[in-house]
Amino acid sequence: MPKAKDVLLDPLVDNNPIALQILGICSALAVTTKMETSVVMSIAVIAVTAFSNLAVSAIRQFIPSSIRIIVQMTVIASLVIVVDQILKAYLFDISKQLSVFVGLIITNCIVMGRAEGFAMKNNPFLSFLDGIGNGLGYGLVLLFVAFFRELFGSGTLFGIQIMPDAYTNNGLMLLPPSAFFLIGFLIWIIRAIKPAQIEEA
Amino acid sequence: MPPKDSTIGTVLIAGILCVVCSLVVSAAAVALRPKQEANKILDQQKNILDATGLSTGEYGKQAKDLSREQIEELSQWIEPRLVDLETGEYTDEFDIKKYDAKEFANKEKGVSINGQEPLFDPGEKYREKVSKVYLVRKPGEEGIRQVVLPVYGKGLWSTLRGYMALKSDYETIQGLTFYEHGETPGLGGEVDNPSWKAQWEGKKLYDDKGEPAAVVWKGPAPSGNEYAVDGLSGATITSRGVTNFLRYWASDDGFGPYLDKMKSGSGAEDK
Repeated sequence: MPKAKDVLLDPLVDNNPIALQILGICSALAVTTKMETSVVMSIAVIAVTAFSNLAVSAIRQFIPSSIRIIVQMTVIASLVIVVDQILKAYLFDISKQLSVFVGLIITNCIVMGRAEGFAMKNNPFLSFLDGIGNGLGYGLVLLFVAFFRELFGSGTLFGIQIMPDAYTNNGLMLLPPSAFFLIGFLIWIIRAIKPAQIEEA
Repeated sequence: MPPKDSTIGTVLIAGILCVVCSLVVSAAAVALRPKQEANKILDQQKNILDATGLSTGEYGKQAKDLSREQIEELSQWIEPRLVDLETGEYTDEFDIKKYDAKEFANKEKGVSINGQEPLFDPGEKYREKVSKVYLVRKPGEEGIRQVVLPVYGKGLWSTLRGYMALKSDYETIQGLTFYEHGETPGLGGEVDNPSWKAQWEGKKLYDDKGEPAAVVWKGPAPSGNEYAVDGLSGATITSRGVTNFLRYWASDDGFGPYLDKMKSGSGAEDK
């Protein structure tokens, strides 16, 4: 049985869903032009992974194995709709900017992967922590990417001007490819520090 | 209880799950709807302010960055009026506070607008008879500074709904914004891009002969063309749709009669 602390903290660096498992890249490219949207997106994903893990784990003994993926999908989709509705009610402007990408959390492989890979085999408490941990791991990468994209692309952080006037904004940082470069650099850094993550060529 | 992996068990579990999930989803949707509606109305107000350029003019920022009080204050500048589209006259046929043109753009309550000329086809089948326009006056001033017209029409996936503000000559565009559309983010969705929207300012809606001429060009707009803005790359059909419905609403079937009255001065003051 895994330890609670490991379940929560492992996905941050040692087993990061984006950096090691390379899951959930799509939204990491799309919403990371600004810190603000990235923070909201991270919280949304943390909430969905945590509660879908909790729900799936709580009913895991009742889920017929022939339809287990569909059951997980239904739970996840319902949670995502609820999150989307909450954002529309309380964070309207940000939800407009996130547009379809909140809905696309449904197809984020991290959520599905944790439900099938972890929650089906572990108790609700551990599964909940695993969901938070993996959501945090995803969020950390989002914030890392968004930090550099907003700083160098718009010269701001959370909308506040940081760079001096003399700095010319780098438009490339606002386009999706820059997120690829940044995630690449991040993976490089992590694997340089933790050689155990390097895959055999 | 039947074993979970039997056919009955599977169907049973699937059924229970569906009921529970649908309850959760509909509870969230119903409970949060009033708040979402309020947000939508505030968003429309902000859109009107953005179309008129009032928020950048008065406070130097976009309407989305204004506080609620500032929006309230600027809304004092804006007076909604109902206009009968056929005659171009103001009307008090409906309660303006409750009037929602969307409810009247159908077969029973609206008029058919099928079979428009291709370049003037908004892609809709019906439109309302009475439309809600907004007059912009600085409090204390007599003259109308701008008029904001609601415009809508089909893009690629969706009906785009927005506001077009005209300067006081009723020919020159002040601004264009959209508050609702479902175009592809990054392609047609770029109708929301501030730098694209900014190109509309100062463009002529009508040519010398008084025909609607504003156009979203295919590719970069030729420099010096006073009717054209850049096309949206990767969004030919959205671009064409915007051209078509802008022209439709500018035509005699749209706000043409109303704008003619405003120009001649006869429709401007009818308190």
